[in-house]
Amino acid sequence: MATAGPSTPGPIVSLGAVAVSAMTMLGDFAIFLVQTLGWMIRRRPAPGTILPNFYLVGVRSVPVVAITGMFIGMVMAVQMFNVFNKMGMATRLGSMINITVVRELGPVLAATMLAGRIGSAMAAELATMRVTEQIDALSCLGAHPYHYLVVPRLLACGLLIPLLTVMADFMGIMGGAFICTRLYGVEAHFYWAHSESYVSMWDVVMGVIKAFFFGCSIALISCHRGLNGQPGAEGVGRSATEAFVASFVVILVLDFFLAIFLLTMHDRFILHGIGRSFF
Amino acid sequence: MTTASDQPLISFQHLTMEFHQHRVLQDISFDIARGQTITIIGESGCGKTVLLKLMIGLLHPSTGRVTFDGHNLSELPDRELTQQRLRFGFLFQNAALFDSMNVYDNVAFGLREQRRMSEADIRDIVRKRLQEVGLPANAESKKPAELSGGMRKRVGLARALALNPEVMLYDEPTTGLDPIMTDVINELILQVRQRNPVTSIVVTHEMKTVFKVADRVVMLHPLSRLNPGESQILYDGPPDGLKTAPDPRVQQFVEGQARERMLEMTANPA
Repeated sequence: MATAGPSTPGPIVSLGAVAVSAMTMLGDFAIFLVQTLGWMIRRRPAPGTILPNFYLVGVRSVPVVAITGMFIGMVMAVQMFNVFNKMGMATRLGSMINITVVRELGPVLAATMLAGRIGSAMAAELATMRVTEQIDALSCLGAHPYHYLVVPRLLACGLLIPLLTVMADFMGIMGGAFICTRLYGVEAHFYWAHSESYVSMWDVVMGVIKAFFFGCSIALISCHRGLNGQPGAEGVGRSATEAFVASFVVILVLDFFLAIFLLTMHDRFILHGIGRSFF
Repeated sequence: MTTASDQPLISFQHLTMEFHQHRVLQDISFDIARGQTITIIGESGCGKTVLLKLMIGLLHPSTGRVTFDGHNLSELPDRELTQQRLRFGFLFQNAALFDSMNVYDNVAFGLREQRRMSEADIRDIVRKRLQEVGLPANAESKKPAELSGGMRKRVGLARALALNPEVMLYDEPTTGLDPIMTDVINELILQVRQRNPVTSIVVTHEMKTVFKVADRVVMLHPLSRLNPGESQILYDGPPDGLKTAPDPRVQQFVEGQARERMLEMTANPA
């Protein structure tokens, strides 16, 4: 007599399973977010957890962010010079390069680099701690993992990624200016004069606000993935990859919505009179 | 009239535990009295470590209750659960030392986290605990990665003892150690009990540990290999009774006989 083999679920069932799984993860992330914010308010971070995280996120990221920022500006100058020069607008390159770096490329690429450098490392570290029962050991010794592990990382990313973004902006501006004025011989006075008339302080603030949200997203997503890591080397690796991919997608989606929101705010409240020239 | 000291310290009542619809423990009920040293034995995968984590509230049962000193651990708010957990010391299977900290900071962790003691008092306690487990003063500055398996276990024990726990939980404390170090850990378990009136729960595969430290033995069996309607607890009694237990599976485990298991595996390769 033939026996019935295990039946394969149909597409509707599979789709339903994916939807349920996604909703469960979203719900779990929402609870994680609320509890982390609760711990942030309830008790100051444990001594000795703040400085190492600030050092790792801030100081150790300076070289990679500086190099990324500088080359963004330099590549943009190289790519745009011919087009602008043919139109006789080479001196206007500064406005184009600087506004792009300050508003978009600086915050997004700095955050992407940091999601790769810091986010993956955080997820891998926490997943390893979970696999080796160090998270359980923390709980047994009276420390809450969210308070002890997540809050300092969230503070470090939320506060320092905006500062690193300002540095990436500065390096991008200087890189672009160096290529244009030193390599292609654009008149420095006009280059900076055009930059001044197009880039306002609001553009810089907009980039920094975005960077704050990117930083918080990187820390929260990476810690969540790490704390929910699966056992074994494969599980740790998967947590690190998931942390980067999810952070990258969230950075791009957030960038879109924040751009719309901040530009609307700018048009409504700052357009007339308050926006000051940056340079 | 019953007093608090007459009541069991830890009680499992009709406890069932499932992970993603995979049942590990089913209808477990037994009590642990104050001051008792109980060993939980059984084949790998029978739920011994899960039982240990349920005792301290690191896991919550799917159904049933775990009560500690009259408190249902699943119903306690976070802060109260943390307070109750501090009455336990937990020696994890691989010690679970914090990689980023040296030995001294690992042992001092729980004391610092309470934020009630000066650093000088903490230093005294850490040194005393390290001395009790036989670690030299120069081990204080070493990172866990630089320690041997036996040293890691002893640091883990010193860390668990730092907060003067009322209950000590040992998860396979001698696994992976040489016979001498196994005996050292067994002696330390006995010394801990002699120094303080602690209740000890030891999960182990090592029969030498069972016969050396236990007042009472509970043997669990994997659910997948139980007959229908059978209790998951195959044995609950003194260590001396293990060799004369009526259930042949108990003696097979105690004597390490694989013949029946091999026959089962051949009949059911999955």
